[in-house]
Amino acid sequence: MAITKNEVEHVALLARLKLSSEEMEAYTEQLNAILGYMDKLDTLDTGNVEPTAHVLPLRNVFREDVERPGLAKEKALAGAPEASEGQFKVPRVVG
Amino acid sequence: MELHNLTVSELSKLLAKGEVSSVEVTTAIIDRIEAVENRVQAYVTRTAEKALEQAKAIDEARAKGEELGPLAGVPMALKDNICTEGIRTTCSSRILADWVPPYDATVVRNLKDAGSVMLGKLNMDEFAMGSSNENSSFFPTHNPWDYDRVPGGSSGGAVAAVAAGEAFYSLGSDTGGSIRQPASFCGVVGMKPTYGRVSRYGLIAFASSLDQIGPITKDVTDCALVQKAIAGHDAHDSTSADLPVPDYQEALKAEIKGLKIGIPKEYFAEGMEPEVEESVRKAIAKFEELGAICEETSLPHTEYALPAYYLVATAEASSNLARYDGVSYGLRVPGKDIVEMYMNTRSEGFGPEVKRRIMLGTYALSSGYYDAYYLKALKVRTLIRKDFDEAFKRYDVLATPTSPTVAFKLGEKAGDPLAMYLSDLCTIPINMAGLPAISLPCGFSQGLPIGLQLIGKPFDETTLLQAAYAFEQNTDYHRQRPDLGVA
Repeated sequence: MAITKNEVEHVALLARLKLSSEEMEAYTEQLNAILGYMDKLDTLDTGNVEPTAHVLPLRNVFREDVERPGLAKEKALAGAPEASEGQFKVPRVVG
Repeated sequence: MELHNLTVSELSKLLAKGEVSSVEVTTAIIDRIEAVENRVQAYVTRTAEKALEQAKAIDEARAKGEELGPLAGVPMALKDNICTEGIRTTCSSRILADWVPPYDATVVRNLKDAGSVMLGKLNMDEFAMGSSNENSSFFPTHNPWDYDRVPGGSSGGAVAAVAAGEAFYSLGSDTGGSIRQPASFCGVVGMKPTYGRVSRYGLIAFASSLDQIGPITKDVTDCALVQKAIAGHDAHDSTSADLPVPDYQEALKAEIKGLKIGIPKEYFAEGMEPEVEESVRKAIAKFEELGAICEETSLPHTEYALPAYYLVATAEASSNLARYDGVSYGLRVPGKDIVEMYMNTRSEGFGPEVKRRIMLGTYALSSGYYDAYYLKALKVRTLIRKDFDEAFKRYDVLATPTSPTVAFKLGEKAGDPLAMYLSDLCTIPINMAGLPAISLPCGFSQGLPIGLQLIGKPFDETTLLQAAYAFEQNTDYHRQRPDLGVA
């Protein structure tokens, strides 16, 4: 499967990356080379194989539903690029 | 006596006997860092003052007769993707260049409880994505055995620091070989524990189903000591296993007579350097000499592990790295609206390899391609696991080269992402299967170290360490130190 420049543009938007036209060219070429290598997987018949998302035989891990201390607000906000009135501040989202 | 050449266990004895104080040894290592760091460039952040304070506190505790463990007062350092409260943690990325975590990773808390002295944070490929350390956004680290060569990656700084005597041990992280491949390139011991053996709480996520923290040390005894300190269940990481942690050091001395070692033929593939193959074959002969039973075996799906890995790892990465949006921490580059702010922040904050992997992962997960790429890769992952399950019905341990080559030159593979990915051929299948594996020095080719990889059953780090220790007791590769060209 070859990936086109239009698809690269679409994927960049999904990933919230702004790419220059040089980057777009380079990524199209490199992703094609890498995906070409991935096509090797198509030679394997996996019709009856279950997928492995995770190697441990774990199901849900539960704990008692009791309150416990979390990260203090000042600490959580200490790394914020912008904060105001105890909250993260972002550019206006709704008009 | 050159303090920086000692192992943790040797230093620990001197500290216990009062022949040297932690302040003295910490000062000596800070001087060592001063002397070699302009060439090696392993450290992103140095915390000499804090280290001396910690050392002083340990010396005082010792003077009062407090009972102290083997890591107390021993200077170490951490890969810069392991969170340290109050000390910046960058992932060698512009997007986190000034970020100071509000909490310690569980492994950091464990090591603090053990009385460790932390010297600083170590360089890496940005977000642990790379095999040479050239993807650091700050500067490349150099291999102490040959400054023109890469230390490997992504834990390149963590490994170079130990090899150069700039720390007695370090912690790295391993998603597809990021502890073992650099350990092999720099002639030290590096272990990736079983997935779930060590808490990932506070490890900045790359690919959550593959990431694991592990020790980087000068020998196997030290590996056992450090592993004991960091292993165990953690309520903060629901994937950490609730299993007892054995006394690894105590277990080292067991005989390996009758140990069954499988040699998977697929790991001796084309493109492997003849000197590497020769050293690994000699190591296998050494095991036979020690009474182990070595047999050739097959892991038939090995060749599919690398393409499947780069789909699984990038898919998980694209999702994990979505959190870097300029909102709650890290870099923010303003834009006219919130979407432009996201895009400006991420485009300026991430380097080329990280962007490439986010793109690949986003593509593999996107509508229309999910089944063909991501789901397919997860099914192949099942086949890779089954290969190992079958092999471990017959063998206790598998032995392979850690990397098909010795350390390559800086710049040699930087322009070709696929060639760079191929250097992790022998380490990646182990992460896909979640198994423990260790790399230890087993020879030299033109003055450059070669690594032997031993792979174990899930949660059986003990047998791995026993086998590695037996080999080490009968060889002296681990005693070789690079000549750094300083007094």
